Amino acid sequence: MDFDAGFALQILPTLLRGAATTFEATLGGFAIALAGGLVLAVGRRTRFNPLCAAYIEFMRNTPLLVQLYFLFYAVPLAGPRFGALETGVLGLGLNYSAYISEAYRAGIEAVPRGQWEAARTLDFSSRDMWLRIVLPQAIPPVVPVLGNYLIGMFKDTPLLATITIPELFGAAMHIAGTTYRYNEPYALVAVIFLAMSYPASLVVRWQERRMKARQ
Amino acid sequence: MGVVDLTAALLRGLAVTVEVTLLASLVALTLAFAVGLARLSQAAPARVLAAIYVETLRGVSALVQLFCLFFILPLFGVFISPMATAVIGLGMNFSAYGSEVVRAAVVSVDRSQWEAARALDMPRALTMRRIILPQALPMMLPPFGNLLIEMLKTTSLVSLITLTDLTFAGQRLIETYGRQGLVWGLVLGLYFLAAFPLSRLVRRLERRVAAGRAGGP
Repeated sequence: MDFDAGFALQILPTLLRGAATTFEATLGGFAIALAGGLVLAVGRRTRFNPLCAAYIEFMRNTPLLVQLYFLFYAVPLAGPRFGALETGVLGLGLNYSAYISEAYRAGIEAVPRGQWEAARTLDFSSRDMWLRIVLPQAIPPVVPVLGNYLIGMFKDTPLLATITIPELFGAAMHIAGTTYRYNEPYALVAVIFLAMSYPASLVVRWQERRMKARQ
Repeated sequence: MGVVDLTAALLRGLAVTVEVTLLASLVALTLAFAVGLARLSQAAPARVLAAIYVETLRGVSALVQLFCLFFILPLFGVFISPMATAVIGLGMNFSAYGSEVVRAAVVSVDRSQWEAARALDMPRALTMRRIILPQALPMMLPPFGNLLIEMLKTTSLVSLITLTDLTFAGQRLIETYGRQGLVWGLVLGLYFLAAFPLSRLVRRLERRVAAGRAGGP
């Protein structure tokens, strides 16, 4: 058992290229989740509530890995075809939109009743009520929660390797598979993950404290 | 193979999924209390070690941790079965989250409880065991329930380290019979049937705990 620092240094560029894909997938997936979550959260206050609730329950009670398999292997047979990375980004986004909608929901529920009533009284259209009154007050307090989900999604990206996307973990698997050296690639992946997600979680905690202090 | 036969084959996988979920949760629960209480310990080294444990395990993907255990331990001459790898790996990963649940619940017990026990000259450990934990435990139940659901879903990762769980059973069936849409649909359905009642239960617990707290003095 040895850790070959030379070998580790040699594979680092490959891993970092993988990390770039990881970032890309995380940002893409998170953008979809932010938008999808908003649609779901607002949808829950319309007549589409049962539909939105069913979607959220389904996404939250089944594993992301199997959802990705379904999107990647089963859906193309029915017609729509995307590249692997697009499928992975979509899978992450669809899954996390269910969680993020719950975060938005908490924010929306915390907007005082008077704000809704005032908007109604002033005859705001429901579009203006949402965009100008409710959401500007509902979203800022839940930003730390969203940050936690961003970190969570980042840590879920290794699953994308299972649907052939060469992100950070996939790159490590490939190196391990071709060189039969496991400790350097996997240990490096663990270190890279920690190096990125721990500072991010410190930022989120700092934000949480700031939010609390403001209340 | 029809839907019934496929489901029967998948149910054998579901049994493994449930087994891994329960065993890993047991490991996670035990470690969560040890680490959570260590983080509240009066001994600084215990606090620091526990904090490093939690931040490291929370900062790295569960899948990466499983692969580290699965591929790297044998290089140290440590050979454990895939099942043990899964139980230990997932158990340790979830214990980091669980320890935060323990810590938050213990911290949320009112300070006056500590002070009263102190005034009665009760030792710290006894205070923890007889006064603080009994009040903290109900608050831990809903978040622990959520972690149990997360664990159930996360066990799908063990299919990648060759355990024959529900996800693995799905892959096997597809290798033999194809029918991607049907099999993955059934797998998703079975996970949902296992997890959804748990979610409902947790939601009821959450309401009860919230009601209990609001009704207190």
